[in-house]
Amino acid sequence: MKKHAVLDVAQLKTYFYLNNGQVAKAVDGVSLSISPGETVAIVGESGSGKSITALSIMKLINKPGRIVNGEIALNGKEMQALSEKQMTGIRGNDIAMIFQEPMTALNPVFTIGNQITEILRKHKKMNKKDAQAKAIHLLKTVGIPRAEEIIHEYPHQLSGGMRQRVMIAMAISCDPKLLIADEPTTALDVTIQAQILDLMLEMKEKFHMALLLITHDLGVVSEYADRVLVMYGGQIVEQAKTKELLRHTKHPYTQGLMQSLPKLDEDVDRLGTIKGMVPPAYNFPAGCRFSSRCPFVMDKCKVSNPELTEIDTDHFVRCHLYENAGDES
Amino acid sequence: MNTEQNTKNDALIHVKNVKKYFPIKGGVLKRTIGHVKAVDDVSFSINKGETLGIVGESGSGKSTLGRVMLRLLDPTEGSIHFNGIDISHLKRREIRPHRRDMQIVFQDPFASLNSKMSVAELVEEPLLVQTKLTKSERRAKAIEMIEQVGLRAKDRLKYPHEFSGGQRQRISIARALITRPKFVICDEPVSALDVSIQAQVLNLMKDLQEEFNLTYLFIAHDLSVVKHISDRIAVMYLGRIVEITNKKDLYEEPLHPYSQALLASIPIIDTGEATKAKKEKITLTGDIPSPANPPSGCSFRTRCPFAHERCKVERPELIEKEKGHFVACHLYDK
Ligand SMILES: Nc1ncnc2c1ncn2[C@@H]1O[C@H](COP(=O)(O)OP(=O)(O)OP(=O)(O)O)[C@@H](O)[C@H]1O
Ligand SMILES: Nc1ncnc2c1ncn2[C@@H]1O[C@H](COP(=O)(O)OP(=O)(O)OP(=O)(O)O)[C@@H](O)[C@H]1O
Ligand SMILES: [Mg+2]
Ligand SMILES: [Mg+2]
Repeated sequence: MKKHAVLDVAQLKTYFYLNNGQVAKAVDGVSLSISPGETVAIVGESGSGKSITALSIMKLINKPGRIVNGEIALNGKEMQALSEKQMTGIRGNDIAMIFQEPMTALNPVFTIGNQITEILRKHKKMNKKDAQAKAIHLLKTVGIPRAEEIIHEYPHQLSGGMRQRVMIAMAISCDPKLLIADEPTTALDVTIQAQILDLMLEMKEKFHMALLLITHDLGVVSEYADRVLVMYGGQIVEQAKTKELLRHTKHPYTQGLMQSLPKLDEDVDRLGTIKGMVPPAYNFPAGCRFSSRCPFVMDKCKVSNPELTEIDTDHFVRCHLYENAGDES
Repeated sequence: MNTEQNTKNDALIHVKNVKKYFPIKGGVLKRTIGHVKAVDDVSFSINKGETLGIVGESGSGKSTLGRVMLRLLDPTEGSIHFNGIDISHLKRREIRPHRRDMQIVFQDPFASLNSKMSVAELVEEPLLVQTKLTKSERRAKAIEMIEQVGLRAKDRLKYPHEFSGGQRQRISIARALITRPKFVICDEPVSALDVSIQAQVLNLMKDLQEEFNLTYLFIAHDLSVVKHISDRIAVMYLGRIVEITNKKDLYEEPLHPYSQALLASIPIIDTGEATKAKKEKITLTGDIPSPANPPSGCSFRTRCPFAHERCKVERPELIEKEKGHFVACHLYDK
């Protein structure tokens, strides 16, 4: 456990107990820690457990899901023991979260102003007038023009990019120490995506927040994250500083991902591919979860799941290829 | 390659001054109170065996253009020549013989397949409608096609819900190619797929293009994907083509400020190798205007860092700035 971490997650396991008796191991032994001011990205394909990791940190897991193991500490304070009421105080106040589809997180029947002032009055105990003034100030901070008018409008009257700005305004309204953004720009066009990501970074600097950024876009990771965790099958398979990970990619899965992306600055006739598809969370292969798709699969990969091992300073890989490098023939 | 002069023999498709306006109804009488100019005076052509990519933000008119080209929608104005024949004014019945030559693959592999039909039935269906083959001939062709898109012959008895997104997209592709079309419109065929699966489908589309000498119109909002698959690229903004050229020129020397911004917005993976220095970042301010109420003059001017007086009053025409490189911007037509 690192000292002074804003967030420290150890051995988190979140399982879903399906009707037919199967167990979906959505998150299966994830540990991570984020330092103040740091941007950490989680990247992985659909179903790899990114959102469930974030929702577990927020304690927003509902039936049939359950956090079955793990410790989550915020600023050194263990959160598992907290009551739902105490958690409500932490959500929005200490940790804020931005979701992929802002429409689901905004209440359609309240004005933008109402939604922001409500948070301020609840968490900051502000009076109506001060909250209103602060709401306008926040909207201006996130670059919304005509803020005085926008507070009287409803979510559906705004474009996707504007809604995401409102979400960011709401998220930073109580000066959280940690902002979790789950695919904050996936639903947006690229020119708008660039605006929103730049804004998030600016807000992060301005308010000294730590940022946990969930994305499936390695380009976004490259430009915005200090450190990156690659998830596959509910587990972290590789983890390093961003530059190190992108330049000295070690895990066969991460390598496969990099090769299957078309790149703007190079021309290839055919893209690299990863054969097969992501296995479902209730039916992972025995041994290494990537073994069914790995081009370098060995016999032992099919029986034992490798540990996440530090193979270079701060560079962790979960792969038998890198275990006891040398005594493999 | 010239968008105007390309009616000569190597052009398979020629689109000329095509417009598609959707009426906006309002008031109690549901009268037409305005129009969404989804496609507004677009011209280009595509050569045999070529892939033309279309990029543009949401709502810029890409899908509408594709649908008009296949006459799934009727153009408000303009003409579409396919294989030398003007199909823009043909009656439904007269179009039918051309249908098998022109197919479309949609974005959403979940919504576009009838869940009650087996894979074999889905793949065979276009033959039933568009050819006079017997049942066993159809089945044989379907099985051949199912294998060509990388599924197994025994998968023919399964139903769409038993497949993953990437596999369903393979079924859609098999369905589109079973009539051996000459021209296929791919409307965001990989946007819903994970990158590793996306790469499989893109490779398949290239293989099939070579094998069947297909001509593609490839619609996407992901520029890296479009660049990978296309020979030439058209950039659309609010119903108009603002730039069209071969992919190399577009990526190395984009002329239109919107194309420049679009390229600069894409986050690049820094692998440490000789990654090209990123062009100076042009960040656009503001949102995309509504196509129901586009700005006067140049429709990009409200977000353009170089907008000047003339842009408010005069709409720039698409002009050939360099050979085969067309741009619609007053910076270049002084
Ligand atoms: N309510 C649920 N019931 C059963 N399984 C679930 C539930 N929610 C999530 N899962 C499973 O948990 C796994 C991880 O899901 P998660 O939403 O974290 O993926 P993700 O990495 O965020 O993917 P995406 O990129 O598609 O958002 C998936 O395999 C999913 O099927
Ligand atoms: N049937 C219709 N009736 C009215 N308006 C329509 C219709 N179809 C499309 N439009 C409008 O025409 C414009 C262009 O839509 P279109 O679907 O062609 O855009 P697109 O570029 O394909 O966008 P996306 O990237 O989101 O798929 C949009 O403003 C859309 O709302
Ligand atoms: Mg998710
Ligand atoms: Mg579309």
